[in-house]
Amino acid sequence: MKIIVNGAELELGATTLAEALEALDYRDAVVATALNGHFVAARARALTRLSEGDKIEIVAPRQGG
Amino acid sequence: MELYGVEIASRLLLGTAQYPSPAILADAVRAARVDIVTVSLRRESGRLREGQDFWSLIRTLGIRVLPNTAGCHSVKEAVTTAQMAREIFATNWIKLEVIGEADTLQPDVFGLAEAARILSDDGFAVFPYMTEDLIVAERLIEAGCRVLMPWGAPIGSGKGLNNPFGLQALRAHFPDIPLVVDAGIGLPSHAAAAMELGYDAVLLNTAVAKAGDPVAMAQAFAGAVEAGRAAYLAGPMEARDMAAPSTPVLGRPVLAR
Repeated sequence: MKIIVNGAELELGATTLAEALEALDYRDAVVATALNGHFVAARARALTRLSEGDKIEIVAPRQGG
Repeated sequence: MELYGVEIASRLLLGTAQYPSPAILADAVRAARVDIVTVSLRRESGRLREGQDFWSLIRTLGIRVLPNTAGCHSVKEAVTTAQMAREIFATNWIKLEVIGEADTLQPDVFGLAEAARILSDDGFAVFPYMTEDLIVAERLIEAGCRVLMPWGAPIGSGKGLNNPFGLQALRAHFPDIPLVVDAGIGLPSHAAAAMELGYDAVLLNTAVAKAGDPVAMAQAFAGAVEAGRAAYLAGPMEARDMAAPSTPVLGRPVLAR
């Protein structure tokens, strides 16, 4: 199904947020996630099901002022 | 000084953006002798993993991080960003920015107060980036903020303290709330001036990162903040309009014919 990941439309076979992260090579990376603008805690990713057109944001620490 | 129950030795807080290299960032942080650096969250690619190296570097510095919500223009964005930051950085501290205007990066103080309430109720220790407005300060304190961070001047402008009178009034109205001048500082003298007003600390980034020699400038700021604080504690003299001779007048030899 089509999922928007960090602004880019991707075709993913994953059915949960955890599977999507796995499929997109984020394994072991320090990241935080949001689905459709709402924060999804790491522990909830495996239980968070994805639907067609969902928007996922995956972020990591970065330089800031 | 104490920020949300944590005793912090250094009164200088440093941003981590725009340095020429990660090594210079690390050296500048050490030269500034800071206990707190600000960090942010940005989109991460699973392939490039740019954020992972940065995070490793920050962790080697062994200091406290203050994550920001930079770039958020709405309450919802700021709240979600804060929630993501709390998980990733394992801290409930958040430098709350709700930007209201793109050219000046002026905070949207109405959205700021709303987001501050939501986050404070959710257990966050909110460090709000605000204007020096007294009523905004009151609202933020009502919302649960126990630290306030008024701007000196627009972010990255290096203009120093645009409204010393307003900052002085804020200090006088809230003697017991830690106050940090955040943004707009361009020179060590600006930082010293903020400290001389009785501010508890200053937070800056560009002034160090964009200096010709960031490490030397970090050191200069550390000295300025310490000097400004010492001067405040020492009790500065009252300014006056007319000259007053400092050398005794009595006993001056009469040499004019």
